[in-house]
Amino acid sequence: MAETGSRPAPGDRTVIGLVFGNSNSSIAYTLDEKAEVIANEDGDRQIPTVLSYVDGDEYYGQQAKAFLVRNPKNTIAYFKEFVGQDFKSIDPTHNHASAHPHDVDGVVSFTVNDKEEAVEPSTLSVSEVTTRYLRRLITAASEYLGKTVTSAVITVPTDFTDKQKAALIKAANDADLEVLQLIAEPVAAILAYDARPEATVEDKIVVVADLGDTRSDVAVVASRGGMYTILATSHDYEFAGCHLDQVLIDHFAKEFIKKHNTTDPRENARSLAKLKLEAESTKKALSLGTNASFSIESLIEGIDFTSTINRLRYEMSARKVFEGINRLIEAVVKKADLDVLDIDEVILSGGTSHTPRIANNLAALFPESTTIVAPATCATAINPSELLARGAALQASLIQEYDAEDIDQSTHPAVSTVKHIANALGVVTLAADDASSESFTPIVPAETAVPARRVARIAGPKNGGDVLIRVVEGGAHIKVTKPEPKQKAETNGAKDEDDSDDSDDDSSDEDDEEEEKREKVWRIGNTVAEAAVRDVKKGSQVEVTLTVNADLSVIVTAREIGGKGGVRGVVKAP
Amino acid sequence: MIMATATLATQPLPVLPEGWAGEKDFNPIGSLSAATQRTIEPVGPHFLAHARRARHKRTFSEDDRIQAQEAAKKVESTNDDEISEPEDPMDLQRDAKDWKSQDHYQVLGLSKYRYKATEEQIKRAHRKKVLKHHPDKKAAAGVTDDDNFFKCIQKAHEVLMDPVKRRQFDSVDEKADVDPPSKKQLAKGNYYKLWGSVFKSEGRFSKTTPVPEFGDENATKEQVDEFYNFWYNFDSWRTFEYLDEDVPDDNENRDQKRHVERKNTNARKKKKAEDNARLRKLLDDASAGDERIKKFRQEANAAKNKRRLEKEAAEKRALEEAKAKKEAEERAAQEAEAAAKAEREAQKKAKESAKNAVKKNKRVLKGSVKEANYFASGAASAADVDAVLGDVELVQGKIDPEEIAALAGKLNGLTVADEIKSVWSAEVKRLVEAGKLKEGDAKSLA
Ligand SMILES: Nc1ncnc2c1ncn2[C@@H]1O[C@H](COP(=O)(O)OP(=O)(O)OP(=O)(O)O)[C@@H](O)[C@H]1O
Ligand SMILES: [Mg+2]
Repeated sequence: MAETGSRPAPGDRTVIGLVFGNSNSSIAYTLDEKAEVIANEDGDRQIPTVLSYVDGDEYYGQQAKAFLVRNPKNTIAYFKEFVGQDFKSIDPTHNHASAHPHDVDGVVSFTVNDKEEAVEPSTLSVSEVTTRYLRRLITAASEYLGKTVTSAVITVPTDFTDKQKAALIKAANDADLEVLQLIAEPVAAILAYDARPEATVEDKIVVVADLGDTRSDVAVVASRGGMYTILATSHDYEFAGCHLDQVLIDHFAKEFIKKHNTTDPRENARSLAKLKLEAESTKKALSLGTNASFSIESLIEGIDFTSTINRLRYEMSARKVFEGINRLIEAVVKKADLDVLDIDEVILSGGTSHTPRIANNLAALFPESTTIVAPATCATAINPSELLARGAALQASLIQEYDAEDIDQSTHPAVSTVKHIANALGVVTLAADDASSESFTPIVPAETAVPARRVARIAGPKNGGDVLIRVVEGGAHIKVTKPEPKQKAETNGAKDEDDSDDSDDDSSDEDDEEEEKREKVWRIGNTVAEAAVRDVKKGSQVEVTLTVNADLSVIVTAREIGGKGGVRGVVKAP
Repeated sequence: MIMATATLATQPLPVLPEGWAGEKDFNPIGSLSAATQRTIEPVGPHFLAHARRARHKRTFSEDDRIQAQEAAKKVESTNDDEISEPEDPMDLQRDAKDWKSQDHYQVLGLSKYRYKATEEQIKRAHRKKVLKHHPDKKAAAGVTDDDNFFKCIQKAHEVLMDPVKRRQFDSVDEKADVDPPSKKQLAKGNYYKLWGSVFKSEGRFSKTTPVPEFGDENATKEQVDEFYNFWYNFDSWRTFEYLDEDVPDDNENRDQKRHVERKNTNARKKKKAEDNARLRKLLDDASAGDERIKKFRQEANAAKNKRRLEKEAAEKRALEEAKAKKEAEERAAQEAEAAAKAEREAQKKAKESAKNAVKKNKRVLKGSVKEANYFASGAASAADVDAVLGDVELVQGKIDPEEIAALAGKLNGLTVADEIKSVWSAEVKRLVEAGKLKEGDAKSLA
């Protein structure tokens, strides 16, 4: 990733974290190791990724977005995804209501009137558009910070190709911005959480669902000792924010037609643009309140339209999208060869993650042991729209002192590509209630990058004495216990009467059925080593330290806590 | 960030087994079994610390760098080769209005997946087609009014992404069927493979999963039983409304509408019944030629026969053993009796010979006093004879046959009266000393 262009010396940098999304962009900076998202001159922290030209003036952000109604032809939106792509591989669906992309020798281009006295419209490549847009962001950030922003860490989706990356870096450089590093969006979201002062470094499996406007991206990430390895990803263009807008557009359009007996406002470009903007704002209102209004002046044929919708109704109409999101997330977990029971946290990121129903559905999909980190389900959740920018800003502050060569060397696959152990490593312990049944206590979890070192404190035998440390690999599997078949007689009779009114669909007998019980159980695998700790006092604990070296050799040490001596041994590399 | 301390485990460690030994209390036994090359995201303070350690006094050569990149397990599927098939020119000409007869999988390029296509594959295939056929792109290229195939794509996507509609289509997607094998095919062997794939495709209609597999010649009886049990009780979600005749849309002609609806309902029922019958026939055919069933039956019969024969043999053996036992007992009794008899006779003989010996010895004793002329000088008087013989009988009465024999031994061959007398007097003296005779008894012999 050798960047070109202006290169300030590390000491002269002013760095930001930058998110450049299909629908919104945002900027963050760090102050005393805390990340803050910057509001632009319009007061927006979520700055629409839109440029618009009116009478030679360039507008960006929210103001440009508003021009989608009156000036769609000279308004460029949804172009981020096209950076670094050939015309033949882009999906122009979202550009239908704004400047259309066209093909100039394979280069995705837009033609707009960007001059005051437009004799000839200009044809701008997507790179040029990007440079112009980024320049506006940098200016806003520089004004806010009171000094010129020189450098940024930018987030990109995990499926961004090398070509797209290179084109984005080039476009940023052309806007006089040094790109310190491009980082993966899901990882930026995790870092935003992990960098909080109260966060602890834990081994956990995290699912990051980034639900945006045009796409939903999901990643399963092994978080091990503060390092992140992506295990599986999925990218979806069918269940995202714009599809929720569409649900509301359809709902209100139908209502409008019925009420005023007019033509379909969705068939008129300008009416549709109004519907779209209002639908989005109603949708956002429904994330906060249980009721929201919908009101458009002169929707079509000069008729004003005002209506309301409640959250329940909305959630019912949008059910397909919500279910799609659930299925999407379930499928990625499976793709990572994991089960929902393996997931410790689900971090919801992106604007659409404000939607309470989505978070609540996930809470039902995952077991109680999984934390769903979203505003609706977790009091300490960070604003999901700000996660990526914060993560990027934190990373920027971590590497702002590195020179370019150093960043390149440090982030290269030669450094980051390492062995990850496939099975958990731990020791055999006895079930608390049944001393004859052995079980597995993991110490180093699967998918931990090596070298790695983990320490565990484990209770000694009830009466003390000599203790066996049996170091083994463990494999997890899911045990499913089917419920006892219910007696038919039980469900008949009186019960039917009182619940017959609150469920009018036929899913009620499904609900009646008791769910099968699923639990994760460990299987004791291959024995790696045995060690003895002698004369452990009654009630004492034993500290076991397992170190897996880069060549997969293992160092085992064990000692009684507070006791003298201990044992140490080495297991050779396979 | 706060560094995590040690994890805590409440389940106790086991006690060291009796006799466990290890060099310095440690025994290396195995090694780690598997690892995957993956790429850590180069983000966050812990990664940067890792990078510092990894780079410490080390520069990676270009080769190292390329190798590392190539060895890493990829998580992004970068190519969509799996869903690329040439487009059917006939499809490209399709009229979208005629969507019912379109092969939705083929339209999206998923012919080889069909019911097996995952939601992700459908979405990716759809997107690929959208990228290629989007009307806005064609408009940008100057081609207008050509969104017919695009509509076909959208319809295919709509059907396949809706679980209910997809099942309806899958129900009638005969291209996913695997025909039952012909006699000719079966003649070449491969019975299990051929039928196996038939049932594998039929299994797509099962409400319950997993569907047991047909298996091969090595399947156990339990597996085969489970298979046929499952299939003879097959619970299918297959429905036939996809083939419904269109119900007229206008509210005017309600009777006609009702008529078509009824017709559709009946047609669905009929098709469902036919489908059930078809499946049953498949099963009958498959089981009729299933050598495993024959084998298990033969084995069962053989086992039964074996049990019967074993039982008979056991009975016979028991009978023979009883007989032999009885004979042996009889023989033993006879032998015992004979032995007892012989014993008795031997005892009798011994007694008799002892008696004879006593008699003989007594004759020697009596003969000895006669030889000594009853210890009289000159002719012995009747009184002398009587007294001596009386004392001889007295002594004889006091001693047992052995002593008699011993005495007779001493007397035998003696002819001199004094010598005979001294033997007798010694004997009398012995008996007196032994308290068997009183002093003065057997005076004539003393
Ligand atoms: N409070 C809210 N409630 C519901 N939806 C919201 C809320 N705030 C923003 N959104 C929706 O989130 C989407 C924008 O999310 P985000 O800014 O993450 O998208 P993006 O990353 O720019 O787009 P993309 O993911 O397509 O690249 C829009 O559809 C917007 O309407
Ligand atoms: Mg996004």
